Amino acid sequence: MATTTTAIKATTATDVLVRPSRSLWSNAWWKLRHDRLTLAAFVVLCLLALLAAAADLLADNVFQYSFAKQDLLHTYEKPALDPIAYLLGTDEIGRSQVVRLLYGGRVSLAVGFVAALVNLTIGVVLGLSAGYFRGVVDDLFTWFVTTLQSIPTLFLLLIIGAIWEPGPVQLTIIIGALFWTGISLYCRGQTFSLREREFVIAARTIGARDRRIMFNHILPNILPLIFVLAAIDVGGIILAESALSFLGLGILPPTPSWGNMLTGATNYFVRAPWLVYPPGAMIFLTVLCLYLIGDGLRDALDPRVKGREG
Amino acid sequence: MRTFILRRLIYAIPTLVGISIITFVIVRLAPGDPIRLFTFGSRATSEDIEALRHLYGLDKPLPLQYVDWLMNILRLDFGQSFIYHQPAAALFLDYVWNTLQLALVALALQLLIGVPLGVIAALKRGTWIDSVIRVLSVAGHAVPTFWLGLVLIIFFAVQLRWLPTGGITTVGKDQWDILDRLRHMLLPAIVLSLTGIALYSRILRTETLDVLGQDYVRTAHAKGLRERTVMFVHALRNALIPVVTALGGILAGLVGGALVVETVFSWPGLGRFTFAAAIAKDYPVIQAGVMISSLLLVISYIIRDIVYAVVDPRISVR
Repeated sequence: MATTTTAIKATTATDVLVRPSRSLWSNAWWKLRHDRLTLAAFVVLCLLALLAAAADLLADNVFQYSFAKQDLLHTYEKPALDPIAYLLGTDEIGRSQVVRLLYGGRVSLAVGFVAALVNLTIGVVLGLSAGYFRGVVDDLFTWFVTTLQSIPTLFLLLIIGAIWEPGPVQLTIIIGALFWTGISLYCRGQTFSLREREFVIAARTIGARDRRIMFNHILPNILPLIFVLAAIDVGGIILAESALSFLGLGILPPTPSWGNMLTGATNYFVRAPWLVYPPGAMIFLTVLCLYLIGDGLRDALDPRVKGREG
Repeated sequence: MRTFILRRLIYAIPTLVGISIITFVIVRLAPGDPIRLFTFGSRATSEDIEALRHLYGLDKPLPLQYVDWLMNILRLDFGQSFIYHQPAAALFLDYVWNTLQLALVALALQLLIGVPLGVIAALKRGTWIDSVIRVLSVAGHAVPTFWLGLVLIIFFAVQLRWLPTGGITTVGKDQWDILDRLRHMLLPAIVLSLTGIALYSRILRTETLDVLGQDYVRTAHAKGLRERTVMFVHALRNALIPVVTALGGILAGLVGGALVVETVFSWPGLGRFTFAAAIAKDYPVIQAGVMISSLLLVISYIIRDIVYAVVDPRISVR
């Protein structure tokens, strides 16, 4: 009798322990699923990406108007449903605004995500190295970052754009090579404190190499907030690229980008104000979604935010 | 305090050297030969071109050119503008002042609007006022400034005709007409200050909530102090410290963002002028522009650090 009771007790105890534990990631996923604003932002962003990806298909089949097609007999057409290519009107040389908007999305999103990938790589590697090795490496790193931060980034970018006249690929790399300071400073700070923790000392005791400690032990601990920074980073890059293209230095016509569609805006905002609103609104919407996703990820992934919201 | 300022000034020297290297390298490694560009179409012989190249010192090896150039800019001599044939630094005098005016007004707007918004959001936490302010602060970050500028021009200058579309003074008016200048300044200053307003309201909301939960605030309440005294004397002073920290990014945004805003509103400032020089490949003017704008930033960082040390006595230079 006594043995059965203990057996029952033992099973209940294991039952309690067996309940699946929630990891940081599953916990974050659970929180995200209940965060309607972030989900909505994510859905809108996916829709925008889908539209941009399907630009060729839509231009051929729905609008039957290529992005470069000019029609000097139909310049400054007002937005109309018939033909459907005039949905958002036409510009000063009769190009379909809506088709160009689709292609513009392709350029802006591609530049944003690829450049963010470049500067994440640079930022994480340099930040981790500076925080981990300290000493001379860190001094050099700090000197370089302080210098780069003392030159207004957008200013530097515009000067480079003006005198080097880079193509879309070079532009993406240049933006990627300039916007990493914030991310790297975050990584450096975190690495500074993490490298003194027991698990790092333990890893070093059993003879793990520097690279292994940096990327297998320290990096996973700062990864969550890097995702947050990445989402905000993509938004910032899209803003910078559009400003550059607006000034006539980034993505050059005939390739449409949301920024360069506004380049002539000052010439036509009396005559055709409908050309001014959509490209800017698209940039605004895209960046807004990315920032909202960044905020939502922070709420979900940063344990310190708990209970502070609302 | 004096040693603090002195040390902070010494720390700025390697930064300035770094800035000068980057400025020099970007411009000198640019494709295209300026001498060929400016003699293009004229009847310059190759001897003339060589003579010009020698005159501007472009025939020496790069490191030597850098040392020469650095020695010159220490005497504020950025060389002759290729276009205006005047000393490059002298061209900037008026433009720097115009940019500073705009930046200072924008900074004032940021502090006067952003800080109260954040405090209100924290005090009214969870209400619709809080939600509106939070949404506005995300939107303020996400809106492309050049586009917002265009939309505001369409609305206030073209349709309502309340404000001018751009420029710094009305043609024919006295340049000391303050009211006229303010009318020109209103739209660009608002556009330029938007990011900062958004950032400050965000920071202030988080910090005020943080500070209000601290023990010393509860103690102040328990002592029977008035709500207003607790808020302004005890809570706000500590909540304001991160505002000073954030000044760095804000100042960089003001100087960098000014370039775009100045171009949209035809504001004759440092950014717009340097941008025009960059298009025309006027190297000495570009270099002077980048160096002067960076110098403004370095000086503002130093001022920020000094303010920081005054506000928060726990801070000292490393």
